[in-house]
Amino acid sequence: MIRTLKDTTSSDVDKELAKMREETGIRTLGRVLTLVIMADMGHSERAIEAAIAASHEHPCRIIVHISHDPKAANRLDAEASMGGDAGASEIVVLRGWGESAHASESLIAALLLPDAPIVAWWPHSLPDCPADHSIGRIAHRRITDSARAEVPWDSLNELRKRYTPGDTDLAWTRLTLWRIQLAAVMDEPQKHRINKVIVEGSEKSPSVLLLGTWIGYRLGATVEIRESPQPRGLYRVTLCRDDGEVTIYRPGRNIATLSIPGSADQQIALPVRSLAECLAEELRRLDPDEVFGEVLNEALSRSEVRFTQGSAPVPAGDPSDYTEVYDA
Amino acid sequence: MSAPQDSNPLRDPQDRRLTRVAGPSALVLFGVTGDLARKKLLPAIYDLMNRGLLPPRFALVGFGRRDWSDDDFRAQVREAVENHARTPFREDVWNQLTAGIRFVQGAFDDAEAFGRLKETLEELDKTRGTLGNHAFYLSIPPNAFEAVCTQLAENGLASSEQTEGWRRVVIEKPFGHDLESARELNEIVESVFPADSVFRIDHYLGKETVQNILALRFANEMFEPLWNANYVDHVQITMAEDIGIGSRAGYYEGVGAARDVIQNHLLQLLALTAMEEPIRFDAEYLRDEKAKVLAAVTLPDDLESYSSLGQYAGGFQGGEEVKGFKEEQDIPSDSRTETFAAIKLDINNRRWAGVPFYLRAGKRLGRRVTEIAVVFKRSPNLLFRENSYEEFGQNAIVIRIQPDEGVTIRFASKVPGTQMELRDVSMDFGYGHSFTESSPEAYERLILDVLLGEPPLFPRHEEVELSWKILDPFEKYWGDHGVAPEEYAPGSWGPESAHRLLARDGRAWRRP
Repeated sequence: MIRTLKDTTSSDVDKELAKMREETGIRTLGRVLTLVIMADMGHSERAIEAAIAASHEHPCRIIVHISHDPKAANRLDAEASMGGDAGASEIVVLRGWGESAHASESLIAALLLPDAPIVAWWPHSLPDCPADHSIGRIAHRRITDSARAEVPWDSLNELRKRYTPGDTDLAWTRLTLWRIQLAAVMDEPQKHRINKVIVEGSEKSPSVLLLGTWIGYRLGATVEIRESPQPRGLYRVTLCRDDGEVTIYRPGRNIATLSIPGSADQQIALPVRSLAECLAEELRRLDPDEVFGEVLNEALSRSEVRFTQGSAPVPAGDPSDYTEVYDA
Repeated sequence: MSAPQDSNPLRDPQDRRLTRVAGPSALVLFGVTGDLARKKLLPAIYDLMNRGLLPPRFALVGFGRRDWSDDDFRAQVREAVENHARTPFREDVWNQLTAGIRFVQGAFDDAEAFGRLKETLEELDKTRGTLGNHAFYLSIPPNAFEAVCTQLAENGLASSEQTEGWRRVVIEKPFGHDLESARELNEIVESVFPADSVFRIDHYLGKETVQNILALRFANEMFEPLWNANYVDHVQITMAEDIGIGSRAGYYEGVGAARDVIQNHLLQLLALTAMEEPIRFDAEYLRDEKAKVLAAVTLPDDLESYSSLGQYAGGFQGGEEVKGFKEEQDIPSDSRTETFAAIKLDINNRRWAGVPFYLRAGKRLGRRVTEIAVVFKRSPNLLFRENSYEEFGQNAIVIRIQPDEGVTIRFASKVPGTQMELRDVSMDFGYGHSFTESSPEAYERLILDVLLGEPPLFPRHEEVELSWKILDPFEKYWGDHGVAPEEYAPGSWGPESAHRLLARDGRAWRRP
């Protein structure tokens, strides 16, 4: 069920939602959080799709604010949907002009679920300081995506400077499966010291840098980041031990090869994660991710990181199997 | 066991995104052709692999009588996975699994075959790098345990003293059919494997909602103060199935609902509902608390009145004609096996004295449901005495285990538009919504826990013994007095005697 309201106010939208619930009989409010998406014009669809998919795991109210011309006369349009395509969520898409082009607490307050956590998500742009943003301030978690920004590494640097507990970034979330596999390798007793870590992937991917600094910081090893000349996401991590190299290499999007000195190569499932999977993981925890904070605050500034131009081999195979630059 | 974890610099207790992947290991499956293996175990192994939770150095060895090659077995596994796995089938993940699949042909008492099994595992340790970590999953009838355990021991497969790695054994319910047989069975298994290497699978305990009982009770402040004899009137634990026994006659005949379900699932649910708060979530503490409360269970003096046995009759259920139990395939027409059982138990401790726990389990009942209902005492009702007493009843917290996992709270509310009419309303929390659509199968969690060596969800032998001590007197009474199960209509909620059981105490079963 979809209702469109032109030139409206958020309190009218709230009334409309109540009416829709009455009519459809969808009365139980099993919603666990409010997700506020601050999207750029023309970029909201993928974010909404991912949010709907994630809502199956975390039923929520999704408020999407799309900012239009701030210089135009003030106006707010809204579209509310429930049931059917909305998945397990209620979606309110707000389009704002003029004063309403700025997402703020006062604009959306009437639509926030009572007493439920708020998660703010900027799928594309980065606010100057997420925690100072009007909605960022009231949010329990602030999700940014430095990979989608114009200059990803700069965004990461901005994030570092303004880090507040509760901030998180999807460039970090994309790494979880890599980190799980690396931690599993290190679960076995290590007889040899790891001196150096080499991480290879696109120079445009903040994930590459985050992974490098995380391992380097944890292992007390120097980190070399090899920037691939081809636009590919993270594809190889090498731990250099005295007895040889431990490598996880994923040429495509799904299967990686794990090589450990003294044993045969093994295949592991290491799929590129979708936006929906990353978002669902973010919504699983609403307290600050201290490890991410540590990577930003400590590791990023202290790790010994060296950048080199790699001459990565062109991964053979189907181009549809290639990763995007920001993938991890 | 946890030492390498603790010393792993990449691990941090605060880093909760890092789920643990099982270490290199081989899983040896006995009983590969069984229903359980095809529908649950093999698909669960694939699903774990697909989720990246199995190690790359993983091997799966089937052991059975069939004259299969490795490739025949691979085809069987693939078929089971394609038909029953929860996650989509992916060729590349499958290829990863398939390289480590072996089949060893032989009978359970065939020494030579176990010799070949040993060679196979040694080969896998070398080529697949499984490091001598072997788990043996006995998905076989208990009467074959002895043969298998003896062979494993004689071929040096059960002990890891001489070699690297760990050895674990997984056994499924039923853990015996009474206290004595449970002890015998345990002696057989524990004579070969050390106690902490024995994993008893009760797949119910792998369910998210069962684990949620602990969260509901101990992570909240508003329930626990009421969770005692001061406020609770009684507790009902129900596990109902709407289907008959199907093709499981061979297993079911002579066992019955009490041994099949009450002894394990329902008493575990009782233990989790009634136990005190463990000081930590570790296996040891959790099991201690469960054992304590099971040991405090007392039986009613009048075993006849406070138990009920039933057997489903034929008839129409929900629009289709169904067979009675005695007409089921391979069931003798004079069978006295019960398909429904209900009992009353008391827990003689400070928290629960005087609060009866009613347990019932059965087949061909109204609908498929497993739930725990904690029913509170009636309010003194001074203020609302004009109301007819039946209109609103007792508050209740119902923990629905399956399906439609969640929690319902029932309380009285004013009927709108009336002067002061009251009625019971329900407030629902649907777990299914708040959790992923594809929440992991219980077996995935349990198999992973076996490979990780994490025992909290597995009952230990002491709990099995205590459970039999609770059920045995009932079974003995029913046997000695020739209590015949009473017929009940399919789709009903059990025989008359079950309703009398509660009526005697001035109570009634909830309609789940």
